[in-house]
Amino acid sequence: MNARILRALAEKDLREVRKNRIAIYGAIVLTVIFSIAFPLIFTQVPLITGTEGAPDLEEVIPLIPLEIQGVIENLEPQQIPVVLFLGYLFAPLFLIIPLMIASIIAAEAFVGEKERKTLEPLLYTPATDLELFVGKVLAALIPAVVFAWANFAVYTFVVNLAGWPVMHRIWFPTAVWWPMILWVAPAIALMGIAVTVLISSKVRTFMEAYQASGALVLIVVALLMGQIFGLIFLSPFVSLLVGAVLFALDALLIKIGVGIFSRDELMTSI
Amino acid sequence: MTHAIETDHLTRTFGAITAVANLSLSVEEGEVFGILGPNGAGKTTVVRLMNGILSPSQGKLWVYGKDPVSDGPEVRSMTGVLTESPSHYERLTARQNLTFYATMSGVAEEKLPNRVWEMLQLFGLEKRADDLVGGFSKGMKQRLALARALVHEPKVLFLDEPTAGLDPGAAKQVDDLIAELSRQEGRTVFLCTHNLHEAQLLCDRVAMLNQGRLLAMGTIQELTSRIWQVMSVDVDLLTPLPSDVLEHLKGLEGIAIESAAPLHLILRVRQRDLIPMVVQEIVHGGGEIVRVSPREYSLEEVYFAIQKGDFT
Repeated sequence: MNARILRALAEKDLREVRKNRIAIYGAIVLTVIFSIAFPLIFTQVPLITGTEGAPDLEEVIPLIPLEIQGVIENLEPQQIPVVLFLGYLFAPLFLIIPLMIASIIAAEAFVGEKERKTLEPLLYTPATDLELFVGKVLAALIPAVVFAWANFAVYTFVVNLAGWPVMHRIWFPTAVWWPMILWVAPAIALMGIAVTVLISSKVRTFMEAYQASGALVLIVVALLMGQIFGLIFLSPFVSLLVGAVLFALDALLIKIGVGIFSRDELMTSI
Repeated sequence: MTHAIETDHLTRTFGAITAVANLSLSVEEGEVFGILGPNGAGKTTVVRLMNGILSPSQGKLWVYGKDPVSDGPEVRSMTGVLTESPSHYERLTARQNLTFYATMSGVAEEKLPNRVWEMLQLFGLEKRADDLVGGFSKGMKQRLALARALVHEPKVLFLDEPTAGLDPGAAKQVDDLIAELSRQEGRTVFLCTHNLHEAQLLCDRVAMLNQGRLLAMGTIQELTSRIWQVMSVDVDLLTPLPSDVLEHLKGLEGIAIESAAPLHLILRVRQRDLIPMVVQEIVHGGGEIVRVSPREYSLEEVYFAIQKGDFT
């Protein structure tokens, strides 16, 4: 595999995606909501309402996993929502960031080319089918993961800074976040890409591909709800396991995707 | 002689549709080979097959001895393709587009900026090098597409309708460039077109396709002589021809009189070589010739005769 070709393809796709408004606005909105607004809301509400929020939480707490209950039982009432939501329950929700960014870029890279009729000249280049495929996957995977990590850094900063009046210490990240960000986030980003590749052979426009791959958000919702309702606790070990399952699925989907991504198939579907 | 391109009973089907059927042809190095036919004749499919982006259903083909199916990357590094629509990355600049394709096609890193600049200059785009391609006119996009096809200095250039939709000035510019590439740089050019004037101007040989089938192949002269066994020759005279000269002409082998007005004769001769003899006979008999013009058939006439089925 020619690294120069992979780099050229990935750089070109990224240049293009930077001009895609949905990608740019999507990235901004995700950052504002997940990395800034949520931490601000959950750190400031206890300060504003005092301990009034606590009784409601007491009704919720029995539902949440025992491991988290163990962590929060020694906290002051004002600290409970901060640690509970920002430190634990939100961890799977954060996966939406790599998933959405990866899906948007993959839709642009795989279907956008077809939609704008730029695919044919690309197929006439000496690059092999596999190089084209891998270049486009990397173009989506690397920025999605880097963007998720950058957001994690912003989130960490905002949570600790805005939470200081309540927590009086730097307490974030909690242990559950590390495997989620370093292991599960790349796995779910890759899944977004793999699914988009499979969808790309059936759809003609960027929007169709992006919307169809959006169904993957259900995985994140399932993890989130499962944790909120005590069905699953995404401990570091469970996260490693979830990531491994996702990676295994990714491998399977990508194998199918590589089969679909042949010049002959692509030309026939244009 | 090296065949730049060779196909042997090449066939490609899409479901029940046969896009290319049993096509056998060869293109020599350095020639401009035209492939003519109406829309849907299979011209674009042939280009795709020759570049390994479609696989043949049956038959074989080689580009400089390499099989595009098994040696696709190698074949594509020797070929440059101007697709039917220019299809650029419109949100990137002309320079970014060319740099990307040059990199993809293996132009060495250290040569890249110069090569891209050379191409931009050659195609008159240097002043717009850093403008987004989305704002370019159709002619500029077509020139950029030609630059893209040539940026890695391919041995064979495939041009699919290179002047379609261009105004006459832009079309002439593109045609001149193609002629220059072939005649001065010795590149093999495979030209798909239904612009018969362009094909007549540029092509050394042509192949005519219809519904994927090869109807005829050769130089325009070869095809003409295969369709029209005799040639028409107009002779304009200053004074009426003496009647014995006319009778004498009638008696010559391979010559017939189609019409004989006092100052204008139309003769039918079996081959071109007989024309000097006709002129000599008239002059010897005292005829005063003003003009002799053998009727040359245009590619357009050849094309329609072949498409109509007059070719045997």
